[in-house]
Amino acid sequence: MNIVRSHVLVCGGTGCTSSNSPEIIKQFNKELDKRGLSDEVKVIQTGCFGLCALGPIVIVYPEGSFYSMVKPEDVEEIVEEHILKGRIVKRLLYEGDLKEAKVATSLNDTNFYKKQKRIALRNCGVIDPENIDEYIANDGYQALAKVLTQMTPEEVIDTITASGLRGRGGAGFPTGRKWAFAAKEDNPVKYVCCNADEGDPGAFMDRSLLEGDPHSIIEAMAIAGYAIGAHQGYVYVRAEYPIAVKRLQIAIRQAREYGFLGEDIFGTGFNFDLDVRLGAGAFVCGEETALMRSIEGHRGEPRPRPPFPAVKGLFDKPTILNNVETYANVPWIINNGPEAFASIGTEKSKGTKVFALGGKITNTGLVEIPMGTTLREVIEEIGGGVPNGKKFKAAQTGGPSGGCIPESLIDTPMDFESLAAVGSIMGSGGLIVMDEDNCMVDIAKFFLQFTVDESCGKCTPCRIGMRRLLELVDKITSGNGTLEDIELTEQLCYHIKENSLCGLGQTAPNPVLSTLQHFRDEYIAHVVDKRCPAGVCKNLLRYQILAEKCIGCTSCARVCPVGAISGEVKKPHTIDTSKCIKCGACMEKCKFGAIVKN
Amino acid sequence: MNRTQVRSGKSTDKARSGSRISPQPEEKFSEIKKVIEKYADREGCLIQVLHEAQQIYGYLPMEVQQFIARSLDLPLSEVAGVLSFYSFFSVKPRGQHTIRVCLGTACYVRGGKKIVDHLCESLNVGVGDTTEDGKFTFEIARCIGACGLAPAVMIDDTVYKQVTPAKIDAILSRY
Repeated sequence: MNIVRSHVLVCGGTGCTSSNSPEIIKQFNKELDKRGLSDEVKVIQTGCFGLCALGPIVIVYPEGSFYSMVKPEDVEEIVEEHILKGRIVKRLLYEGDLKEAKVATSLNDTNFYKKQKRIALRNCGVIDPENIDEYIANDGYQALAKVLTQMTPEEVIDTITASGLRGRGGAGFPTGRKWAFAAKEDNPVKYVCCNADEGDPGAFMDRSLLEGDPHSIIEAMAIAGYAIGAHQGYVYVRAEYPIAVKRLQIAIRQAREYGFLGEDIFGTGFNFDLDVRLGAGAFVCGEETALMRSIEGHRGEPRPRPPFPAVKGLFDKPTILNNVETYANVPWIINNGPEAFASIGTEKSKGTKVFALGGKITNTGLVEIPMGTTLREVIEEIGGGVPNGKKFKAAQTGGPSGGCIPESLIDTPMDFESLAAVGSIMGSGGLIVMDEDNCMVDIAKFFLQFTVDESCGKCTPCRIGMRRLLELVDKITSGNGTLEDIELTEQLCYHIKENSLCGLGQTAPNPVLSTLQHFRDEYIAHVVDKRCPAGVCKNLLRYQILAEKCIGCTSCARVCPVGAISGEVKKPHTIDTSKCIKCGACMEKCKFGAIVKN
Repeated sequence: MNRTQVRSGKSTDKARSGSRISPQPEEKFSEIKKVIEKYADREGCLIQVLHEAQQIYGYLPMEVQQFIARSLDLPLSEVAGVLSFYSFFSVKPRGQHTIRVCLGTACYVRGGKKIVDHLCESLNVGVGDTTEDGKFTFEIARCIGACGLAPAVMIDDTVYKQVTPAKIDAILSRY
């Protein structure tokens, strides 16, 4: 085996790939070749480092220099200065503590990583996801070996139960209990499924896990198969994630070649194999019974429970279904013991949770934090706060099934119980930050449009109720609503929640209910004052020219597409509101801040 | 935006496009035949077959649906029912390139809607339609998982980050 003196890790997650990281890898190989360094320095494409906003990211080991926003033309300098001469290229280092210290120490010293604890994401950005040897070198498949050779299925389930691991897909059901139900069933054919149909808009941890560490999912599913007595597994993954699908397929092929999948694994007589099934763009397929219908090749419509999948699931056989992130924790728990896992987090929510930070926040990307970390720590310390000097208004968690947490509750700990207590949910881990420019009624409407589109239509409360709900909220945002409409909206929400068949309908009104709970004054402003406080809802907007600031340069009048602005040169102009289509072009054009919307 | 309405109109579109489009070369059908043979002994393979058939044929008109139904020994209603349930499958011919503007939450709060409005105007098409020259099919995506790069646009398999109305014009001019 070749010994190399230096490793160059280049992020190959979706974020950095779109920021041209493949070209950077090509450049590195070219520059290294040119200098005859190809045998000494190895360039590796890894999974996501998490800090997507500053991509593409390159880390050079053994120094651990964390270069951000690297361009292909920077590569020559890194090779020449850093790799050849040992001088770190300071201008490209990630801003923050590293630069000030003038020494590129470990990235764990940066604010973004300091508070994080990476268990599920332990290998993301560390290993080459397309190379099984790197996974093995990082303790990969050790947990599977331990389970198959030293533990009984009952011991495996007890270990998972003792760790306190709960489902990371949203509902937080104890994983050990789920496995125990399926293990109890007496049936020679059982199935293990993985839900990688990450449909929540704003969440991408499952994608990053599959792209950065696919083997940990394969290993965990084999462990689950042994625990419940299943020999076949299915990974149901979105077709919208081409890189994730490709890496998963490579990983499965490698695992088969190494004998970690297939027959007689580790010579123990245990057989287990995996298949990938592609989703086809239906949000409802994230619901467990719908997902199984879809794997069977049918329309992804949910069915009533019981019987629960642990009794009668895929192809009517006992089945367990866990989320990608849940599985990613399993090998770590087996290797490090349930106590180590249970020592992290809060009393009822153990371990860590991966959140996808997005929206109006400086460090967008993927973060993994111990359960119970407060929202304030996530936003202000890890996320670097709201950019452009704007004020934090709310954070949305749980996607279309979740709710908003207002500024007054920013010290809420992020765990299953605390989030539920403030009217939101953990969900799959999307965390979207909103500032003063976002209208909360509009956000509620956005999620309603989403769930109306995605309702499968099987049950009436969801199919028709959600449409009526959207109409009501639309009436409010268009300025035609009344106070009675707000009440009716609220009532309808409860009806839909109580009467829908599956998780989609039962949670779909949540965005409305939680904004009503925390931002009722905004709803009232829309119906009583006919005003949108954030200036988002078009029908309620009025553009106005401030006479004292307008110098009469006429640039607004020239840019107006409908000729709604008139006035003489060097005299204040006016907007004819009956003609104005509220496109905002004039406001963008005005250099004097003379145009305001209210 | 309003897919439910589009959906209800889909069945008639399907019938029409089925009779209008002339059959494609035989070889495409024989490729689909091979896919079906590959999956024949696997339970619940219809969706996987549809995925690969769409890749071969570009879209899934009535002839292709009938062909798949016959080959898999399924009622046509089942094939059409599954196909119409999933937004990934298309019964209309598609443009050379597919533009998918992400309107996930992160992209929405960062101004994805402005890109949609801009494209509707500059390409002169509605959401879900194909431009007259057959170059672009314009769609909205529900989160492509590139939330760190919001607002994002996906053209075929390439993701473009932090797109603005001005930037998208420059990007499209390269296609």
